[in-house]
Amino acid sequence: MNEAIKHPAVLAVFQRIKLHLQPVYWTRFRKTAEVGIKSIHAHGLRSLLTVLGIVIGVAAVISMLAVSEGASFEAQQQFRALGSNNIIVKSVKPASLEASGGNNMRPQSISYGLTYEDILTIQQTIPGISNVIPSRIIKKDVRHLGRDISTDVVGTTIDYPISRNYSLRAGRFFSEEEMLAQRNVAVISDEVARALFPMTDPLGESIRIDGNYYNIIGVMEPEAYSNLGRSQAGSSNAAPTRIFIPLSAARYRFGETLVRQASSGVEMETVELHEAIIQVQDQEQVEAVGQIIEQILERRHRRVDYAVEVPLALIRQAEESALRDQIVAGAIAGISLLVGGIGIMNIMLASVTERTREIGIRRALGARKKDIVQQFLIEAVILSGVGGLIGVVIGILIPVIISIFWGMTTIVTVTAPLLAFSISALIGVVFGIYPSISAANMDPVEALRHA
Amino acid sequence: MSMQTLSMGNDRLVQAVVARQTVASVQDITKTYHMGELAVQVLHGISLDFYHGDYISIMGPSGCGKSTLMNILGCLDQPTSGRYFLGDKDTSQMNDNELSAIRGARLGFIFQSYNLIPQLTVLENIELPLFYQGHPAEESRHIATELAARVGLGDRLEHRPFELSGGQQQRVAIARALSNDPLIILADEPTGNLDSKSGAEILNLFDELHQQGKTLIMVTHSDELAERSQRQIRLRDGRVESDERSH
Ligand SMILES: Nc1ncnc2c1ncn2[C@@H]1O[C@H](COP(=O)(O)OP(=O)(O)OP(=O)(O)O)[C@@H](O)[C@H]1O
Ligand SMILES: [Mg+2]
Repeated sequence: MNEAIKHPAVLAVFQRIKLHLQPVYWTRFRKTAEVGIKSIHAHGLRSLLTVLGIVIGVAAVISMLAVSEGASFEAQQQFRALGSNNIIVKSVKPASLEASGGNNMRPQSISYGLTYEDILTIQQTIPGISNVIPSRIIKKDVRHLGRDISTDVVGTTIDYPISRNYSLRAGRFFSEEEMLAQRNVAVISDEVARALFPMTDPLGESIRIDGNYYNIIGVMEPEAYSNLGRSQAGSSNAAPTRIFIPLSAARYRFGETLVRQASSGVEMETVELHEAIIQVQDQEQVEAVGQIIEQILERRHRRVDYAVEVPLALIRQAEESALRDQIVAGAIAGISLLVGGIGIMNIMLASVTERTREIGIRRALGARKKDIVQQFLIEAVILSGVGGLIGVVIGILIPVIISIFWGMTTIVTVTAPLLAFSISALIGVVFGIYPSISAANMDPVEALRHA
Repeated sequence: MSMQTLSMGNDRLVQAVVARQTVASVQDITKTYHMGELAVQVLHGISLDFYHGDYISIMGPSGCGKSTLMNILGCLDQPTSGRYFLGDKDTSQMNDNELSAIRGARLGFIFQSYNLIPQLTVLENIELPLFYQGHPAEESRHIATELAARVGLGDRLEHRPFELSGGQQQRVAIARALSNDPLIILADEPTGNLDSKSGAEILNLFDELHQQGKTLIMVTHSDELAERSQRQIRLRDGRVESDERSH
């Protein structure tokens, strides 16, 4: 190791590096850069137009990546909230039932969706299922003193918060005993708490649903990603104003049949379960289990009155689409940077021709070919670097503006601007080389004679 | 003369003692330009020695090869055959880098059309040879400021060339040619673009430089100007026609 370092060739390299670190070289570099900036400045508009290609390319790439990154982050966050080990099975009201009914005013009775038996079959036939959390979701008005709010009342089991990664802001979820005893206890969502108890602590208070009182024992954290968390066929897109009560209590209080005033008359709708979260032990198996569940339900149901959602598959899709976006952004970057590079080469060639005489003078005064190459190369890099810098600034501003005005999540990673800027500087080198070398190779006498 | 020698300090004294030392020597040089099939021989075997401290004018009809010879003397071009010694160095075998280095270190150029760099200030133009010599910035600035004052432009340091008259620009060029303390100053028709008054100022400066012991080679068309130099070389058709010494 030491021997290698003492080798004359290696020492020579060190010597060179040391020489280049001397202040003289730095001064020379600075002076050369100054001249470059001056001549760029002298052709302000021309220079600006030249770097426009680079500016647009860099800005487009950074902002595209920021939007795509943001979208994919948001999607993944939503799907993660559903749980990557979960499969969600939902009852869906078939379109055929919706259409029928006609205009006879006789009460209509319809029945669809998941049954307790479905869930039991799934649990018993498929190995590797660690837990099943069924729920019934019923729309009800909830009252407290003078206030009332329309909510989804979710009758579920004790593992619901864990399976969905929800945590409680205050209090606790209901227990096994409360479940078995069909107690009238309720855990309310943050939204419900704020609507019904704007000033007071909801814990220990009672709310009224259909003439029955429920004791509030807990309040959930606000849900950041509610759109996909919401369930129940036919439920609104409104904010998750939800109340959780023991499934046993829900069955006991509300039964399985819902009577509703529909446009076609009175409608009786029977749904045993609205939703079930099926937790799979091994993440590798989630997608396979999802397919088996689909098959089981297909055999057990005459119509497609259910839906099977596998969040993990959706995460994969989101990742794939993010990758696609990145490839598109890369292609745009490539094309616009190429165009930008050609612009720079064009302007550098023009600059070299215009400054032929200057090149001759510099050569006469002792500039080596290397000095001339360096001078024009530095100029090209300054051009493209300034373009890249403007592009980075615009590219960071655009996502901010998009976030503010369209409320989209955008994420500017550290790598995107850094990479885009480095590439733009590199473009200056690559497309500056030819003009610089042709400048250096001019014959000094010819160059001095140039008009 | 002796007064001046004393006032010039030690190194000047030494230089005065070893006067007639050869600073440059061309030996039987030829130059042929090839234009496609056609070969045009411009210089036909020129041999000349140039001595330290000499003030030389080169004259001759247009197209006789004066500028061609000056370009070779200035290491901007190389002879087709023959040898050219600059100081103790044979330049005939030098590569481009070595020629650049020797131009920067040993030669000063004054052109008919001034050839200042328009983006740079007076001071920066004067500094330029030092810049390529890798001189420390501070020292260069000092030298350039002093030289600007010496050619009477001490109050124009931050001006750009286009803000100056032709005569002033040529004086900047002279200051620039002096900045690297060259072995020879080469001037190809330095007053060609100037009116007689400005031209006279330039020639006065040349006289001063000569008195300070600089070696000057000047191309001129005017016998009157050539009179002021010590030695007149006449070229005709690429050959030395006459070589006279007047003082
Ligand atoms: N690059 C070249 N290619 C071909 N011929 C050239 C080239 N440079 C000079 N010549 C020719 O060489 C001859 C001498 O040119 P040169 O410039 O040395 O003349 P000069 O004595 O300086 O003339 P003037 O007094 O007009 O400046 C001319 O005939 C010219 O046409
Ligand atoms: Mg000439």
